[in-house]
Amino acid sequence: MIDALGYFIETIKGAFITARHFIVNMVYHVLKVLGIKTKRKGAVTIQYPEQRKEIARRHRSLHRLMKREDGKPRCVSCMLCVTVCPSECIHVEASEDPDPEIQKVPAKFTIDLSRCCFCGFCVEACPEDAIRMDTSKVEFAEYARPDMIYDLTKLLG
Amino acid sequence: MDLLIAFIKIVFALVWFLVLTLYLTWLERKESAVIQDRIGANRANIFGLRIIGLFQPFADAIKMIFKEDFVPAFANKFLHTLAPFLSFFFVAITVSAIPFGDKLDIGGRSINLQVLDLNAGLLFILAMLSLGIYGIILSGWASRNRFTLLGGVRGAAQLISYEVALGLSLIGLIMVYPSLRLQEIVGFQGENLFNWLPKWGVLLQPLGFIVFFFAALAETKRVPFDLPEGESEIIGFFTEYGGLKWGLFMMTDFMEIIIISCLATTLFFGGWQVPWMGSDGFHFPWGGTWLLPHGIVVLFQLFAFNVKVIFFCWLQILIRWTYPRYRYDQLMDLGWKVLIPLSLINIVGTGIMIGILK
Repeated sequence: MIDALGYFIETIKGAFITARHFIVNMVYHVLKVLGIKTKRKGAVTIQYPEQRKEIARRHRSLHRLMKREDGKPRCVSCMLCVTVCPSECIHVEASEDPDPEIQKVPAKFTIDLSRCCFCGFCVEACPEDAIRMDTSKVEFAEYARPDMIYDLTKLLG
Repeated sequence: MDLLIAFIKIVFALVWFLVLTLYLTWLERKESAVIQDRIGANRANIFGLRIIGLFQPFADAIKMIFKEDFVPAFANKFLHTLAPFLSFFFVAITVSAIPFGDKLDIGGRSINLQVLDLNAGLLFILAMLSLGIYGIILSGWASRNRFTLLGGVRGAAQLISYEVALGLSLIGLIMVYPSLRLQEIVGFQGENLFNWLPKWGVLLQPLGFIVFFFAALAETKRVPFDLPEGESEIIGFFTEYGGLKWGLFMMTDFMEIIIISCLATTLFFGGWQVPWMGSDGFHFPWGGTWLLPHGIVVLFQLFAFNVKVIFFCWLQILIRWTYPRYRYDQLMDLGWKVLIPLSLINIVGTGIMIGILK
């Protein structure tokens, strides 16, 4: 019986905690409506499409391919990213480059974003620093699957 | 003319009830959000006009209307369709016995601000609330699905555990107020204790109020006692329903909240009584008076009734967003081993107090 009374008191305390949250947050909401600036806000959530959180510098976002000074892709089609990719979403076809210093350029370079798991291994594997994941783009939903396959022009931006 | 007045009263009461039900869904969303440090549904808009999500109930309604009206092939079609209407009807009809205010004198007529002045209004409301269980059992059974049947049976078992305590908790109250007519019960609460304290039911029957409120919470079938439906995990009686029929069950829940709030207000918190206000204005216990015209007094009473009802709705939603669900045996224990003995103690104590004070 004493135990039961203890539980009862604790449940009442719980109701007071939620009531406190309600009242404190309502006070801040009302202050905001009245136009009074407060340090604390009534809600901790971010109103996403209008209000965005800054993306961290190290965040792995949409891929991009880097260019040389003359505008050609830095990629030399070494296939290391294709090899390391755990989702097998990178597809590269090589072709010859007239410059003997470069030798190979990609004729095709596609990333299937619907398969990509954003592990960043391709970025780490690349010996030429040709692929990076630092565009800070995180919204690339599409209506059709074929649109999720990004080709060379799209990746070069 | 009397017929017209009755018709207008019915329309007003139903519109009040349904609008409050609609906006209770909004209140539930917003209140849960504020409790959890969120903002809540605020995206529904008309031409970009949002006004803190006030259009959300209409968006919900439109969505539910345009959903497929699905009846499983193995279900009993007639009963499956009948069940939500039954549970909706029995709750919707209770509003007719709720007193919204005192008599309104217009053009030589005295209009009672209550749709039906039954002389057993309290029993009528309790009976209709209990009949609501038929909708639940029927929906569980007519769906011909084992899980919904179990949900319906759980609902019935829960109802038996709580209906007894609910009835017994009000007996002490009926002993104190020598009437079952709700308008008279409210009128009785207009007097003052010791010349300054409003003589509300909760002061005369504190234990009765606690038992009543617990049992009434179980009656609404919402979260601490939501075994019949179990909206979060366990499968309940309306598993086989969708669209507007499911919406009717959901509305029934919200309407039950309102009716329970109305009952708690009427029986224990003075109904439409404003503290220290008589039929001609305020008579303060410290001697001052503030006389008001009749129309203003009626408005004050309606306002007081609505404020009290909305407070109790708020409280029930707060409780729903605070507590986890009771386990089944704990619920039965609470009903049979705690609430019923407490209500019996309340009856005996009330009897003794009445005997001493006489």
